[in-house]
Amino acid sequence: MRSKNNGKDFCMFALPGMFCFFAVVIIPFVYGVYLTLTDWNGVSKVKNFIGLKNFGGVMQDGQFWTSLLLTFKYVIFVVLIVNVLAFGIAYLLTRGIKGQNFFRAGFFTPNLIGGIVLGYIWQFVFSRVFVNIGESTGWKLFEVSWLSDPTNAFIALVVVSVWQLSGYMILIYVAGFMGLSEDVMEAASIDGASGFVKLKNIIMPLMMSSITICLFLTLSRAFMVYDVNLSLTAGAPYGTTEMAAMHVYEKAFTSRQFGVGQAEALILFIIVAVISGLQVYLTKKQEVEA
Amino acid sequence: MKQTTVGGTKRKVMNALAMAGLVIIFIAYMFPFIMVVINSLKQKRDIIKSPFSWLFTIKGLSFDNFVKAFTQMDFINAFKNSLLVTVSATVLVTLFAAMLAYYIVRHNNGISKLTFALMVASMIIPFQAIMIPLVSIYGGTLNILNHRLTLIFMHTGFSMAMSVFMFHGFIKGNVPMALEEAAYIDGCTHSQTFFKIVLPLLKPIISTMVILNSLAFWNDFLLPSLVLTDKKLLTLPLSTYSFYGTYSADYGTIMAGLLLCVVPILILYVVLQKQIIGGVVAGAVK
Repeated sequence: MRSKNNGKDFCMFALPGMFCFFAVVIIPFVYGVYLTLTDWNGVSKVKNFIGLKNFGGVMQDGQFWTSLLLTFKYVIFVVLIVNVLAFGIAYLLTRGIKGQNFFRAGFFTPNLIGGIVLGYIWQFVFSRVFVNIGESTGWKLFEVSWLSDPTNAFIALVVVSVWQLSGYMILIYVAGFMGLSEDVMEAASIDGASGFVKLKNIIMPLMMSSITICLFLTLSRAFMVYDVNLSLTAGAPYGTTEMAAMHVYEKAFTSRQFGVGQAEALILFIIVAVISGLQVYLTKKQEVEA
Repeated sequence: MKQTTVGGTKRKVMNALAMAGLVIIFIAYMFPFIMVVINSLKQKRDIIKSPFSWLFTIKGLSFDNFVKAFTQMDFINAFKNSLLVTVSATVLVTLFAAMLAYYIVRHNNGISKLTFALMVASMIIPFQAIMIPLVSIYGGTLNILNHRLTLIFMHTGFSMAMSVFMFHGFIKGNVPMALEEAAYIDGCTHSQTFFKIVLPLLKPIISTMVILNSLAFWNDFLLPSLVLTDKKLLTLPLSTYSFYGTYSADYGTIMAGLLLCVVPILILYVVLQKQIIGGVVAGAVK
């Protein structure tokens, strides 16, 4: 596909895809930056240019910073637990036990189902099943629904997210473990490396590329959590479990402060971009060739 | 790390322990699904009394919940909407992305480079950073929300960057120029060459992208919730959401409704398990 008829080729091959991409991603993104400089309320035809006032509004929006702080806490817990758990399960799965494929497929199941449905399923588990366990066994832990208490509702959100995300990470870690060369492992054993030393000095460095991918995926997904947040707690009790992405939605579409909402969305985007960029840079540096 | 060497007793014990640990974790993972299945067949009174028991129910088991959920969710209609949106958007994005990626690989000009760079950069933008202006443009200025076509178009646009990126990598590595040149010499036009020679070569990456994109479209909630509000147009996640809002205290019906949503995907998963897992891994590792 070279030389002549360049214009026709361009229209036929490149234009449809480019049009969709620009119309849905690039133009709204640029327009969004402009929106942060206006006082648009979502309905009126007039948009007044108000400079950086919306960013001042973000500063004064205490609820936004609370939800951002909560999101940070949530991300730290989710990223750590998901990766340790998935790494561990993948390690067990690749020891040559029977039914590896069955387990792997089973663990992945939650990823096939939308966050809304998953959140509702767990809402039932937390508010009915666990409470019933508490009633019949007398365990204080389950006496009242976790979802009615801010701290426990937060823990519930972490539990569900870990459950949802880990199956995907297990797949990636399993692929990583399968790629480890047997020769290297054997050489390490012959040289007398014990289980822990082998894990720390041989397996971890060789698994670094899988770790880079999994950290990146969990980071970006956890930061933008919305579906499960909405269906499991909907911010309840009293907005104490409202994550940043949900707050942005509320700000724009419920409070109708589109400018402030968009400014918060951009701030969130920059934070996520910087943190995940830093993470990829740092973990990529640790990657080694076998 | 397949264990091919002969293991001693210690090894066997360790493997048995690993197996036991895995089985326990696995059951814990499946626990919520088991609860849904058990309780979807029960009456509300029995569910509140004991969500675990299956046999000792007062009113007995029945499929009433399913009948109720099926009609209340307008299941058939929502399923049709979901299917229509998912299939059309998947076909469109696969075709357009393959063509665009092919153009970019074979034309090393300014537009190609700029588009590709923008696409790679845009992949880190979360949907939340775009949704407000998106609603503003398509809802306000153009006023074309509440059409399935709009949703299909948006799904196509949002997954374009990732898809082009994947096709680009594949075409660069696996589609030899010589084959196309031979086709031209034999008198093929550009589009004949693409559809008859290049596209068949892309089969592996097409199946990966179809799986990744269709799963994402089928389960998406936030974008459809912004685009579609008309009751007749709701997709499955949306109708689940509104259904739950109305019946949240009617546990049996809710469980039946949730199960109805899950079953079609699970059936597909059982049939296409290998392809789905392979596709997801391939998509992530790139």
